[in-house]
Amino acid sequence: MSTRYLPYVLILPTLVFLCAFFLYPFALVTRQAFGTGDGVSLDTFREVTSYWKFPISLQNTMLLAAAVVPVQLALALLMATMVNRMKKGRDLVLYVWTIPLGISDLAAGIIWLAIFEQSGFLNSMMLGLGVIDRPTAFLSYQHPGMIFLAIALAEIWRATAIMLVILVAGIGLIPKEYYEAAEVFGASPWQRFRKITLPLLRPSLQTALILRVVLAFEVFAVVAALGGTIFPVLMGEIYAYQFDLQNGGAAAALALIVLGISIVFTLIILRVLRVPKGATI
Amino acid sequence: MAEILIKNVAKHFAGHTALSDINLTIADQEFMVLLGASGCGKTTLLRIIAGLETASTGEVWIGGRRIDHLAPRDRGIAMVFQNYAVFPHLTVFENIGFGLRMQKRPHADVTARVEKVAGLLHIEKLLKRYSGELSGGQRQRVAVARALAMEPDVILMDEPLSNLDALLRLEMRAELKGVLAESRTTAIYVTHDQVEAMSLADRISVMHAGRIIQAAAPIEVYRNPAAEFVAGFIGNPPMNFLPAAAQGRGRWLVAGQIFDGPDHHGPIKFAIRPEDVRPGDSGLAAQVRLVEPLGAHLLVTCMIEGTMFRAVLDSDLSLKTGDRLTLTPQPDRIRWFDPATTLAVA
Repeated sequence: MSTRYLPYVLILPTLVFLCAFFLYPFALVTRQAFGTGDGVSLDTFREVTSYWKFPISLQNTMLLAAAVVPVQLALALLMATMVNRMKKGRDLVLYVWTIPLGISDLAAGIIWLAIFEQSGFLNSMMLGLGVIDRPTAFLSYQHPGMIFLAIALAEIWRATAIMLVILVAGIGLIPKEYYEAAEVFGASPWQRFRKITLPLLRPSLQTALILRVVLAFEVFAVVAALGGTIFPVLMGEIYAYQFDLQNGGAAAALALIVLGISIVFTLIILRVLRVPKGATI
Repeated sequence: MAEILIKNVAKHFAGHTALSDINLTIADQEFMVLLGASGCGKTTLLRIIAGLETASTGEVWIGGRRIDHLAPRDRGIAMVFQNYAVFPHLTVFENIGFGLRMQKRPHADVTARVEKVAGLLHIEKLLKRYSGELSGGQRQRVAVARALAMEPDVILMDEPLSNLDALLRLEMRAELKGVLAESRTTAIYVTHDQVEAMSLADRISVMHAGRIIQAAAPIEVYRNPAAEFVAGFIGNPPMNFLPAAAQGRGRWLVAGQIFDGPDHHGPIKFAIRPEDVRPGDSGLAAQVRLVEPLGAHLLVTCMIEGTMFRAVLDSDLSLKTGDRLTLTPQPDRIRWFDPATTLAVA
């Protein structure tokens, strides 16, 4: 075979795979969302957005993302900087920190449920220490703040490592001469972080943030385990439309709304963290 | 006033000694070049002065102030790095102004200083560009400008020209010398290039295996090398050495010829630079091995009593392999070394 066609042949399996399992279902979902029997219409979108649970689940999803992602970003940056400074045991620490990545999100939710539920570790501990007289139902509708906190904690515990891995790789790419130059020219450690690390890390920050923000909009299993129906989120609503209400069209429309939000945020992140031409390492 | 004093500085890494017992005084506004082959410790010494490396023992003083315990930014120094370390995410303007910004100077002050040094180095038209849009030579200029903008007491340079092509290096060398002379700072310049060292330095410190072998003016280092290493390291081709046999007080037999030399006990080596011999009637009997015409002169490699000897001769001479000739050394250019200590014998 001529080498001219070889590259195309090599990417063909991936292309076929993407078309069969991504583009085709995507087209089906789009048709389902816009089609209501006779032609194209936005009726389904009107239906899902006017439902009383839509604003609250949109708000919950956004609030959760707004609370979780910045904390994860800060933590991941801190951890990446620490790992980068380590001379020995660096790999071991990285492995330990990335263990939560290997756990499914439902399992992660259940782990934190075991901590927060009425007969959970937290209650037993506080009872044992005499802080409380009898177990409290932290994850009940009387404590919406507690539910939010538990979900946020579980998400931070579970998914910070994906940012960490990307940022560690990114920091490793920054030549140490830049830090030495900054040090000689008067930058304190904090200034070196702000003036050298952060700007030079922009490409990695982009990747990490896009990945994390998009995943935050898709939060589902952890919420289902810890909040149930008390804390509705968009993904949960999609699930409810599809399987409880057997309304595929509404589920498809809501899924496209989530996609739209994800695209908007992706574009914002790309724009804010863009690297000017000629300014790459 | 920024006199630099280096007292008993040593640096040990796990299992090896990079620097041992360095003592050096660099006068205010002096241009000192640290010259040596790679691994001789010259960069380590520079980094210790900069504060990027800590000495195992010893003291560093700048302008009467002991600075070896201070952070780099408190030492009153600026540095030019080998690969420039021009920040890629900042414009040329912000690169040059980086140190001033860190000192939180007013914007007008920063602009004035940046524009002044940019003009000095002819990069005033590049101020809005990023480092990715600059050539190697331009980046080099930015790195020098960034150091000068600090108006430091001491400017440290770590092989700043080694990444430039030959022609550009020549041009930058001359320019650097002018700019630094004008700035009246004390400069320490690390290089492995002896021509660069000779052309720039007020004084050269020749380093070898973690020690300073000789610290003297370029012409002194060239004419009167303090040790065999210096004689062999400086000059291209290097100094020639021939064994000498004692023939009474202060008289030595070299390749069948008697020379007046030092009054010295024990064995001694005769040394002469390749350009300090002329073909003559009496002198060292040589057999030509190789003739390399280099335009201005001939580089002739010959054998004298089984020892290789190089001579730089007039290009009018017609010589070929196998010819025999007699080379007369210029008497005042002959040097003598003790093979036991490798040091020069006066």
